Amino acid sequence: MADEPIPTPSPEERILPAGTRAEERVSVASNWQLVWWRFRKHRLALISAVVLVVFYIVVLFPDFFAVLDPEETNERLTFIPIQMIHLFRDGKLDPWVPGIAGKRNPVTLRMEWTADETLQNRVRFFVHGYRYKILGLIPSDLHLIGADSSKKDSTLFLLGTDRLGRDQWSRLMFGTRTSMVVGLVAVALSVVLGVLLGGVSGYFGGVVDVFIQRLIELLQSLPTIPIWLAMTAALPQDWRPEQVFFAITIILAFIGWTTLGREVRGRFLSLREEDFVLAAELAGCSRLRIITRHMAPAFMSHIIAASTLAIPVMIINETTLSFLGLGIRPPAISWGVLLQEAQNIQTIALAPWLLTPGLVVIVAVLAFNLVGDGLRDAADPYGH
Amino acid sequence: MLRIILQRLILLPILLILFSIIVFWLIQAPPGDFLTSYLATVASSGSSIDDAQVEAMKVQFGLDQPFHIQYLRWMENLLHGNLGLSLEYQLPNSQLIGERLLLTVILALLSFLFTWAIAIPAGIYSALHKNSILDYFFTIVNYFGVATPNFMLALILMWLAFSKFGVSITNLFSSNFIDAPWSWARVVDLAKHIWLPMIILGIAGTARLTRIMRANLLDELHKPYVVAARAKGLPEWKLIFRYPVRLALNPLISTIGWYLPQLFSGSLIVATVMNLPNIGPLLLHALTQQDMYLAGSILLIYCFLTIIGTLISDILLAWLDPRIRMEGA
Repeated sequence: MADEPIPTPSPEERILPAGTRAEERVSVASNWQLVWWRFRKHRLALISAVVLVVFYIVVLFPDFFAVLDPEETNERLTFIPIQMIHLFRDGKLDPWVPGIAGKRNPVTLRMEWTADETLQNRVRFFVHGYRYKILGLIPSDLHLIGADSSKKDSTLFLLGTDRLGRDQWSRLMFGTRTSMVVGLVAVALSVVLGVLLGGVSGYFGGVVDVFIQRLIELLQSLPTIPIWLAMTAALPQDWRPEQVFFAITIILAFIGWTTLGREVRGRFLSLREEDFVLAAELAGCSRLRIITRHMAPAFMSHIIAASTLAIPVMIINETTLSFLGLGIRPPAISWGVLLQEAQNIQTIALAPWLLTPGLVVIVAVLAFNLVGDGLRDAADPYGH
Repeated sequence: MLRIILQRLILLPILLILFSIIVFWLIQAPPGDFLTSYLATVASSGSSIDDAQVEAMKVQFGLDQPFHIQYLRWMENLLHGNLGLSLEYQLPNSQLIGERLLLTVILALLSFLFTWAIAIPAGIYSALHKNSILDYFFTIVNYFGVATPNFMLALILMWLAFSKFGVSITNLFSSNFIDAPWSWARVVDLAKHIWLPMIILGIAGTARLTRIMRANLLDELHKPYVVAARAKGLPEWKLIFRYPVRLALNPLISTIGWYLPQLFSGSLIVATVMNLPNIGPLLLHALTQQDMYLAGSILLIYCFLTIIGTLISDILLAWLDPRIRMEGA
């Protein structure tokens, strides 16, 4: 808090020593301000938060970041390796990628691609490519990066292509959208269920509490992965991708809410005993006002921290389910669906770049965990 | 002590009955049954089955009965130790599951031992040498260990082994031992293969338990009894291992309750990626083929293993911690 820019002190304040002034500022700061001050000190968490913001920008505008239509197949451009971006050309900042030359292997009859450094394909920025609608509303054809359209045969496969010649980078952008949204929606559902049932459990106590606690215990003692698989296997095969998407999020939230439910109940029970709740009660506040005005702000930061830590778990679960073929189904694209392409060792040996979505999963989960840890430490401003 | 064990043992059948209803409901839930998908396969291969045959098969498998009758028939068979017939393989399920179950349990237990063998020393070291290079190293491994999905780790390691050493590490046995009867040579062969899945399965848990051990020990290290013991001139290592480490281990025991079940169901993923002869891939196949009794049996086995895991942790805790033991009395 010492690095906080201190406002110009008024004449009376100047008499007081600096330490007292800072302390005074802390004592009048709102809960959220305190959380923010503490969170800011966590450098890794702050960096991770920026990473997550970038991820969510991609979630909002996947088309803008994509180079090609993710569904566009090209049977003559299958399994092209990553085209490395070179930043400098002739000593000037002018990004380019080496061209690719294909040769058919006479034995395996497979196309073998090599990078041709003499062919320098310039990378263009803010180019016009395939048409799409921004947020499904505004038609556009602008893309952040693209191949040099003035030159024939100029390609830009930042992360190579898959077995159908689809651009892995563009598919990754769309996979990011699905997987990040699944995580968010599943956690949102868990929070609603957890806060509702956990709150009811903590508020009413008695039989209701016992029943909900037993239910939570029962759900938590189920073997999660096999049960999830059985549930997703039960989804009708002819469902549309959106239907499957929502079903998967509900299935993930089905067990996910229990942890949050417990957390909320525990907070509720301990807060009920606090002096400020008693004070509010004595002042004649209604039950509803006590809960919404006095108790909710006190445990809100904890809920947010706990939910942030729940998102990466959901993302890993979704990715795993889809990878096993029982989650999000193609033609929908998620990180798990992309990794399904890299399911056996032959394919990985042939096209290791198909593993790149997995690295993105690791980065995303890492970022969520770090932000969550930072928030959890910051959520308790009076704790230390 | 006996009381607690008995209490838990009484709870066991109740939980199993509840789980069996959930499991049976789940495997019943998909629209259509095994026969519809079987008929579709037959139809796509060009041949056909007449209606009388279909009816006969329905009666044979009991698919014409209402839900609760089917459930009771299934339960009756289960109680007689009969896991039913696999609709697809036309083999008794117990025969299909048999050895695979053993390998599932072995893999999970080995991963568990691996986790503890690494996590406890690493946690103690980290706590005693806080902010040392190795401590930071463990912290980084922890974050990556937790963030990497199991199957991703398996894929990466398989790829590295393949591209660097040219070996393909799949399965738990060499090809000539897959269907061989158990022998010493087969056990040796298993040991040669099982270490990698063991590490992959255990790494995330190892990372987490190391952190828990570190935090527990750090909490204990500054307590007055440690200072008192040190003041009395007890050698440092003897002091650490005799008092704070023992206390720090207690919360670690309670992690068995969620960790062992997690290993059982997590082995499904590793087994699928690495093609291990485990009940995981069998379940996956049974689920996609709607081989309901096979899927149901395996799901119930997973439930059973989960309950056993919790039971072990409860009993161990009661045995170690008198406070918990007395509470029940």
